[in-house]
Amino acid sequence: MKEALSLVQRLNAHPDSRCWFVSWSPSGTLLASCGGDKAIRIWGREGDSWICKSVLEDGHQRTVRKVAWSPCGNYLASASFDATTCIWKKKNDGFESLTVLEGHENEVKCVAWAPSGNLLATCSRDKSVWVWEVDEEDEYECVTVVNSHTQDVKHVVWHPTLELMASASYDNNICIYREEDDDWECRATLKGHTSTVWSLSFDATGQRLASCSDDRTVKIWKEYPNEAGQGDLSWKCVCTLSGYHGRTVYDIAWCRLTGALVTASGDDSVRVFKEDESSDPDQPVFSLAAQVTKAHNQDVNCVAWNPKEAGLLASCSDNGEIAIWRFQEEED
Amino acid sequence: MSGGTQLENANPVIFQRSGERLLTASDEDEEVHDPIDDREIFDLIRSINDPEHPLSLEELNVVEQVRVKVNDTESTVDIEFTPTIPHCSMATLIGLSIKVKLLRSLPDRFKIDVHITPGTHASEEAVNKQLADKERVAAALENSSLLEVVNQCLSTRSI
Repeated sequence: MKEALSLVQRLNAHPDSRCWFVSWSPSGTLLASCGGDKAIRIWGREGDSWICKSVLEDGHQRTVRKVAWSPCGNYLASASFDATTCIWKKKNDGFESLTVLEGHENEVKCVAWAPSGNLLATCSRDKSVWVWEVDEEDEYECVTVVNSHTQDVKHVVWHPTLELMASASYDNNICIYREEDDDWECRATLKGHTSTVWSLSFDATGQRLASCSDDRTVKIWKEYPNEAGQGDLSWKCVCTLSGYHGRTVYDIAWCRLTGALVTASGDDSVRVFKEDESSDPDQPVFSLAAQVTKAHNQDVNCVAWNPKEAGLLASCSDNGEIAIWRFQEEED
Repeated sequence: MSGGTQLENANPVIFQRSGERLLTASDEDEEVHDPIDDREIFDLIRSINDPEHPLSLEELNVVEQVRVKVNDTESTVDIEFTPTIPHCSMATLIGLSIKVKLLRSLPDRFKIDVHITPGTHASEEAVNKQLADKERVAAALENSSLLEVVNQCLSTRSI
């Protein structure tokens, strides 16, 4: 069995700027990108190629750092260095700005929708994570501000099915939050990385979390039942992938269809890792299945698996480009 | 920044500036590929102005050619700079100015690492981490007042 990553298409998505992030719509038919040019672009497939369907401008005054689709696919949230989060609503063929969420003191670094679509999380350089509640009239209300990190919060993700949230920080730690009596609280702090944790991704079951860091490693964390049965959650690092990345690992994505892990690194590479199926679940073994060492001419900032089409992958880079890849196992 | 008239280091030791690069015959031969070398990088950063004194980073010995390491084939640049005093509050700004100068001058393929000469600053680790975080650097450069200060450090000084 041989695996390969083949290039499908390159898109000059954010010319003369940086493309920070890409996100697939839940149906996998659209890809949203954002960047240093303060714009968001929506890409769709036409025939065999991906083309720009719309450009969302004038929403932000500064870099748009991340974008996230609501689980229904009708809303898009964008987080910006201008300290705001914009909510966009799909209308006919385009998007219109619905509301602007204000409150963070400075750069908003990430935004993520809970699987129910009723909650939204944002995080910022101001060290806090905010949870927003969405009602049927499209009104957003902040329900909690959590200050569990001592430095910038770089990334926030939701568990695939439960109302459980994880955040990654410049303080080298990961926090896991759960709602407790109408209040969100940090129930576990995962320590192990020796520098900034840039991104996180849950596996399909939500029982494991992958993290990537400026320390050039990837760690896999697994949830264990708490002996006391109550209170704090227990997560342990069961695997560390080191020696593969030459510079910071900026992003990691766990494919919910195939279980493959993909990383984006400052060494310009995209790498796919696969789990050895015979390995002990408490000591899983991941090996490099495929890599493209010059995936982009500059740092790779983000990688995302298409949620519906197994093996379809998008990456983006400091040179403003998006690349679409296909990862497949070839029979010899 | 302190902003006041009180200088943190009122009497810095001043070092001699190095001479112009001596051109060789092969430098002038258009047929010969000239890789980017340490001296070329040093020439880009030595004239950066100190934020406090009317002197260049070279004259204050904050940057030295021996602390510039370039690998043209690997496309990496590694620079150590030495703050004049261990508690210099300008260290991050100086490092940022060096980084911005190189980001603006070098081809995109280069990975630029700027850090403090080990053991020469009280907050060495914190400053190094900030300078290595490209998200923080990008956000800092969108801050117009900070960008103005950086541009002042990078402007050519009339002597």
